[in-house]
Amino acid sequence: MTGLTLGPVTLGHYLSLGAILFALSVIGIFLNRRNLIVLLMAIELMLLAVNLNFVAFSHYLDPARSDPMAGQVFVFFILTVAAAESAIGLAILVVLFRNRATLNVDELDSLKG
Amino acid sequence: MAINTALFYIFSAVLLFAAFRVVTARSPVYAALYLVLAFFNAACVWMLLRSEFLAIVLVLVYVGAVMVLFLFVVMMLDMGVDQLRHGFWNHFPVAALVGVVIALEMAAVLIPGFNLSDAPVADAAALKLGNTKMLGIEVYTKYLYPLQIAAVLLLVAIIAAITLTLRRRKDSRYQNPSQQVRARKADRVRVVKLAPTIELPPAPPEPAAAAAAAGGEKK
Repeated sequence: MTGLTLGPVTLGHYLSLGAILFALSVIGIFLNRRNLIVLLMAIELMLLAVNLNFVAFSHYLDPARSDPMAGQVFVFFILTVAAAESAIGLAILVVLFRNRATLNVDELDSLKG
Repeated sequence: MAINTALFYIFSAVLLFAAFRVVTARSPVYAALYLVLAFFNAACVWMLLRSEFLAIVLVLVYVGAVMVLFLFVVMMLDMGVDQLRHGFWNHFPVAALVGVVIALEMAAVLIPGFNLSDAPVADAAALKLGNTKMLGIEVYTKYLYPLQIAAVLLLVAIIAAITLTLRRRKDSRYQNPSQQVRARKADRVRVVKLAPTIELPPAPPEPAAAAAAAGGEKK
C-alpha cells in the first residue's frame, strides 16, 4: 500500500501527521515573524510534532528487538524541557515588554537596553 | 480496527485545523485557545497509540499549565495586534511552498517506508503491567539519573522565571520583617527629660472692671 489511502492506519500515517504538523508550524514561523508570542506557540507545535513521532515509533517498535518504552521516556523528558523552555521564554517576553513596550521583532534590534 | 482508523482521521483533521488556526489567528488569545485544542487532539492521537500516561500528562501539563501561562501572558501584555499583522500574508507564498515541500517530501519517504499496519503484539506480562507502570519502571530504574537532571532543570526554570520577572517598585512601601523583629525599645521610644514649665494662673482682672461685670450680672 502506498499513498494516503483509507486503509488501516500505518506507522507512516502517524509520521506523516507529524510531518504535516511540523510543516504547518514552519509556515507559522514564516507568517508570524513579527509576533514573538505566536512564534513561541509555533515552536510548541513543532515540539508536539516531534513527540508524536517518538510516540508512534515507540508503539510500533518490536519489543523483541529493542526497548519500546525508550521512545516514551524521551517524550517524557522533552515535555519537561519544553515546559521549562516556555516558562523562561514567557518570563523573558514579559521583561522585554516591560522594558520596550512592544513585542514586534523588527523593533527589538538594540543590544543595549 | 475500522473504528480506530476513523478516529485517527477525525483527530488528525481537527489537530491540523487547530494548528493552522494557531498560526493564522488574528488575536493571540484565539491562537492560544486553538493551541489548547491542538494539544488535546494530539493527546487523543497518543491514546490511539496506547500511551495513556503521556496523553494524560500532555493534557495536564500543557492544557492545564503551559497554555494557562500563555493565556495569562497574552492577556497581561497589551500588544498592538494590527501593527504586528501588517504585511501578514506577504510571505505566505514562500511559506506555503516551503511547508508543502516539507510535508510532501516527508510523506513520500515515510508512507512507503513505514507501512507497518499492525503494531507488534505486546506480551501478556507487559499488557498486564500497563503503560504507566512500564514507563515508571523505566524512568525510575534505567533513566534515574536523567530524571534527576530533569528535576534540577525544572528547579532552574522556576528560579529563572521568578528572578527574571521579579521587580521591586521604587514607590511602593513594604515591610522588612527581620528588621521589625530586631527592633529594640531604645530604637523606638526616646525618654526626654524636660524641665517642667509651670504655667502661672492668669492675672486677676482689674477691680473696677470686675465690679462692673459683677454689677451687670446682678441686673
